[in-house]
Amino acid sequence: MSEILLECKHIKKEFDNLTVLEDINLEVRRGEVLSIIGPSGSGKSTLLRCCTLLEKVDRGEIIYLGRHVCRMNESGEKPEYVSKDQLRGFHDCFGLVFQNFQLFPHYSVLRNITEAPIHVKHMPRAQAQEKARELLSMLGLADKADAYPYQLSGGQQQRVSIARALALNPQILFFDEPTSALDPELTVEVLKVIRALAAQHMTMVIVTHEMSFAREVSDKIVFMENGQVQAFGSPDEIFSSDQERIREFIGKLSD
Amino acid sequence: MNWSTMLLLLSEGLLTTIAVFVLTLLFSLPLGLLVSFGRMSKNKIVQTLVKVYISIMRGTPLMLQLIVVYFAPFYVFHLKISASYRFVAVIIAFAINYAAYFAEIYRGGIESMPQGQYEAAKVLGFTRAQTFFKIILPQVIKRILPSVTNEVITLVKDTSLAFVIAVAEMFTVAKQIAAAETSVMPLMIAGVYYYIFNLLVAIAMEKIEAHYSYYK
Ligand SMILES: Nc1ncnc2c1ncn2[C@@H]1O[C@H](COP(=O)(O)OP(=O)(O)OP(=O)(O)O)[C@@H](O)[C@H]1O
Ligand SMILES: [Mg+2]
Repeated sequence: MSEILLECKHIKKEFDNLTVLEDINLEVRRGEVLSIIGPSGSGKSTLLRCCTLLEKVDRGEIIYLGRHVCRMNESGEKPEYVSKDQLRGFHDCFGLVFQNFQLFPHYSVLRNITEAPIHVKHMPRAQAQEKARELLSMLGLADKADAYPYQLSGGQQQRVSIARALALNPQILFFDEPTSALDPELTVEVLKVIRALAAQHMTMVIVTHEMSFAREVSDKIVFMENGQVQAFGSPDEIFSSDQERIREFIGKLSD
Repeated sequence: MNWSTMLLLLSEGLLTTIAVFVLTLLFSLPLGLLVSFGRMSKNKIVQTLVKVYISIMRGTPLMLQLIVVYFAPFYVFHLKISASYRFVAVIIAFAINYAAYFAEIYRGGIESMPQGQYEAAKVLGFTRAQTFFKIILPQVIKRILPSVTNEVITLVKDTSLAFVIAVAEMFTVAKQIAAAETSVMPLMIAGVYYYIFNLLVAIAMEKIEAHYSYYK
């Protein structure tokens, strides 16, 4: 089996006494595509936000490539994150694609992609631009380098945001409902890109409501409900589950 | 007094007016950003102090503030007020007053930015300073330009308040000539000068807004 890139152990997260994640355990291996499905409010986004360090956990451990981002303190009561400087080092490990893209509207497409490699990774500008152009042509956007985000369709914007994340060579790319803000035709072009990345063995964790896509592209599927992992397994295992809740949920979303 | 002398005196006054205008903006625009940080500070003491400062600046007449700043060294510290301090007092009073207004404009702009922009920057590994200066501030500037334009145009007219401490800006000069010559002509001419000044300011601000219109 391939190397473990990310381990989450006993993750707990609360928002003002509302428990949103409860004892979540998760493992992501290199080259694997893991989909997270589950009803609205089950904590899928919160889990991604904890993994991408946008949100701090209230309990548990997060380990990237064997290095702890956060572990429980000696008394085992509180999680302790590594220092701010060390945290920055972990930003190499992951990328995140948002539901609503979050491109930087004042930058051209090219600059959206090159800004972080140049100013965070100190890559020479020419090299960053060359890489950005490669990514753009891979994603079918070669002619959009000089456009501004407002000039693009939602599907194009989402592909640019994927390119922006890929430009930093993340070990794992997280997607939070990458197509929910898109019309069906535009959804297709974004899913095509994700499929192509899967074929290149990009490690991805995808929160999605696209059931047939999840079934087709994933190696593993996590079904979440009420802040807990209710089921974990291969697509076939999940889609043929005899658990009432899972059947009901999948049935509702599939057509 | 003949026309050319009058125009010359008024033009000299105009130069002082322009100096007050430029220096006030030079100091109050950055100071306002600092003040807005204080206003948004998580430190309750800093936040409260800044709130009080802003409310005093906005709640009392600028003319009164000018007088206080001008006489404070004498009444509070028993210092002799030198003639050159007049101009300095005007710049201090205007700068701290306009900084308060600009601070509230900045704050409105900063708070209107979607959280997602900060998060996208954070996930890409930008530092907080990079995020603010590269991602947030340029977008904030575009959003607040119309409000800033309003303040800047008000400032052109407010410079005339410097007359209360007898700084020889254009309005003070116009009033003196008008009194000496018993004529409203100097005031009319000053009015025309102010109008043209503001017209130019409005054109400049439009140019700046156009510069930022390359994206939506
Ligand atoms: N910042 C927050 N403050 C308070 N409560 C929050 C916050 N973020 C999320 N929650 C709550 O946590 C729960 C889980 O939210 P989350 O967004 O993770 O669900 P989700 O599975 O992503 O749902 P969806 O499918 O609708 O996106 C919800 O009850 C939500 O109201
Ligand atoms: Mg969500």
